[in-house]
Amino acid sequence: MQDELIRRACELLEDGTVNRVLGWQKGQFVYDITPAVFTSVEEVKNNFVYNDFCGANLSKYLRSESEKEGKVLVFLKPCDTYSFNQLLTEYKIHRDNVYAVGIECYGKADVEKLRAKGIDCITDVKNENGTLKISTIYGEESVPAMDVMAERCLNCKSKKHVAYDELIGEDGEVLDSHRFDEVEEIEKMSAEERFKFWQSQLSKCIRCNACRNVCPACTCEKCVFDNYDSGAFNKAPANSFEESMFHIIRAFHVAGRCTDCGECSRVCPEHIPLHLLNRKFIKDYNELYGPFMAGAEVGQVSPVVDYTKDKDAEASVVQKGGAE
Amino acid sequence: MSVNENKEWKPLIVAFCCNWCSYSGADTAGNNRASYPDNVKIIRVPCSCRINPLFILRAFQRGADGVLVMGCHPGDCHYTTGNYHTRRRMTLLFSMLNYLGVESARTRVEWVSAAEGARFAEVVTDFTKTIEELGENRRLEDLRCKTN
Amino acid sequence: MIVKVAYSDLNKVLDAISANEKLYLPVDNAAGQAEFKPYTEGVQMSKQLNTLRSAKDFFFPQVQPMVKFRREGKHIDIFDERSESEDYVIFGARACDVRSFDVLDNVFLADPVDTYYENRRKHATIVSLACNRPAETCFCGSFGIDAAKPAGDVQAWIVGDDFCMEPVTEKGQKLIDSIKDVLTEGDQAAVDAQIEKIHEILDRLPLKDVKPVDNRDKELEVFNSPKWAELSSHCLGCGACTFVCPTCQCFDIEDFTGNNHTIERYRCWDSCMYNDFTMMAAGTPRKTQKERFRQRFMHKLVYYPIKNDGMYSCVGCGRCLKKCPIQMNIVKVMKALEEDAE
Repeated sequence: MQDELIRRACELLEDGTVNRVLGWQKGQFVYDITPAVFTSVEEVKNNFVYNDFCGANLSKYLRSESEKEGKVLVFLKPCDTYSFNQLLTEYKIHRDNVYAVGIECYGKADVEKLRAKGIDCITDVKNENGTLKISTIYGEESVPAMDVMAERCLNCKSKKHVAYDELIGEDGEVLDSHRFDEVEEIEKMSAEERFKFWQSQLSKCIRCNACRNVCPACTCEKCVFDNYDSGAFNKAPANSFEESMFHIIRAFHVAGRCTDCGECSRVCPEHIPLHLLNRKFIKDYNELYGPFMAGAEVGQVSPVVDYTKDKDAEASVVQKGGAE
Repeated sequence: MSVNENKEWKPLIVAFCCNWCSYSGADTAGNNRASYPDNVKIIRVPCSCRINPLFILRAFQRGADGVLVMGCHPGDCHYTTGNYHTRRRMTLLFSMLNYLGVESARTRVEWVSAAEGARFAEVVTDFTKTIEELGENRRLEDLRCKTN
Repeated sequence: MIVKVAYSDLNKVLDAISANEKLYLPVDNAAGQAEFKPYTEGVQMSKQLNTLRSAKDFFFPQVQPMVKFRREGKHIDIFDERSESEDYVIFGARACDVRSFDVLDNVFLADPVDTYYENRRKHATIVSLACNRPAETCFCGSFGIDAAKPAGDVQAWIVGDDFCMEPVTEKGQKLIDSIKDVLTEGDQAAVDAQIEKIHEILDRLPLKDVKPVDNRDKELEVFNSPKWAELSSHCLGCGACTFVCPTCQCFDIEDFTGNNHTIERYRCWDSCMYNDFTMMAAGTPRKTQKERFRQRFMHKLVYYPIKNDGMYSCVGCGRCLKKCPIQMNIVKVMKALEEDAE
């Protein structure tokens, strides 16, 4: 797969279709991969990488990249294409300046899950037909790829590319995922249990803002939490209230625009399951206002900013135990 | 809005009222000498859709035990569509608060027109009763606001 | 002198210490991450290499209330929130974190002394633990730290089934004396063998060759290096690296005015990666992420050594390598600067 991407990127660079490539750059280890822009065939050949750890969603970078001169080539995994469409819907990306190549994805590995299995000092990881062969300085290990797959990939919502100029590999289907199961489990708890659950999770927050800054839906020029005059300005988890507020407001602000790409949970240093907040909103508006998938098409109107005059449920549905 | 520990607990309710209907509804209630509990603090907003989720959270942070959002009846919005937006937004927000463990009965959206003074009193009375039964809100409150 | 206890009886030591003073040690939380927690009877010390957050929290917590004001009409009362800290023990800190305390001391204990920091610092006794199984992200050796001899007030090793300890300072000797009932005499040769074993592993670590370049006399050159633009180009500007870093020490002071009578002044960690860092009336002096990114690494690798006799403000704990959302970390920066120097 990696060779195929490199070959195609070099071709497109050489024939002048694009003047740079947005992709993933090798690090010191097999897993520490940085999003990067490559401007020459040589750079692509030497430094481009595509493996089980290329989880980063590149679509957010297109916001600044597509402002620049010339076309940029970007590789988009199926879930990234939803973010891409959503950004197009919000006029954040100049479509003419982007050459999007859809690439297949079979789910990405989560290095933290590898570490949780007690595998440390990883020097190399190879995927051999769904089994990860891991070399460490303490010896060799092997793990089925499924066992260390990121949560968002285990609950993959779609293998379909909803936007691309060109496709490498096969296009998949929208999947019948179980991504709302966890949300339902929390809903079933009592209010006290729910509060305890979220308090234990959100109190870990260190307000590093990684979730916000990596989120493709968080594209405000100045965040309300960074704006001293907003009244919501705060940079410390000074009281358990502050973190809760930050995460509720952030989830509310991206509701209807969140494509459930899962980047927030991937980058959280404290492993707070932030996707469960976003999925709650997605589940709610799906049930109340009809199925809606942010980013499925360009130009969709999100149910959060839309309304119907007669058919909308009253807020009292919440008291009656949620959406029917 | 500090809480005096010596006194018996009385629920604190924040009601966001739209300028055109519910706030006038409260006036009507007053003019008609309709009585309703004095626990409610009314905050006037130009339209119910002016209410930002931050307002609701701030109210809880500073010790509110319940939050009421009141606006014109659907179809009667002074700005034509404001309260349709309120309806969706608050449904989603209150559902989220419920998900985070703030009991759903602590938040409510009610439509009260300028003529419905009696209804205003009724809604506030009923809501206060619900909150009294639920007791003090300790979730989402900011302890720093309690120090005198 | 080396003293020891069977590893299975480690809790006896912990119980004995906590009988005298407050004890903190790394324990696994519900999510399986290690964090420093107060010891309660029966709690097991985490077997993980290191805690997710660094140990700087003990002396320099993320949020520190400083002073309170109460306003009544035109009258203002001021309340000093400080109180003398009780004595406490930090158990099981790793060599990198122990060195980070020295780095922080140079900042907070230099004139003018930070009393909040000093108060917590001088009451702490540090029991460090050697790393039997370092990770691929470890590069403490690059800064002259020996993970096999972790320093602190008492240093400790896990040798086979034994937990061996050796007091390093007077404070450490006092701690060992206070719990000597549960300890037996240890074997110096066994500890030496363990140190040898750890050195062997350290020699095989993938990052062992990363070396900081002494750029103290080339401040401007490094500052103007074209490398910064490329390195910082995809930095998200979050503060994950600064908040997990054991040596990052920038803070902000804010007032909380939640209720109208009391104002709480507190300080909290700040990050030079944020766009509102050092915001002034005229705006921010570091306008793009490039300047902010450069500031962080210049501070660690150039400015700090200039002021502190060549000591780097990085201890190679590897936390930022694990936690950066885009994996752009100090090792990559050090390698780039090394290329520049050649």
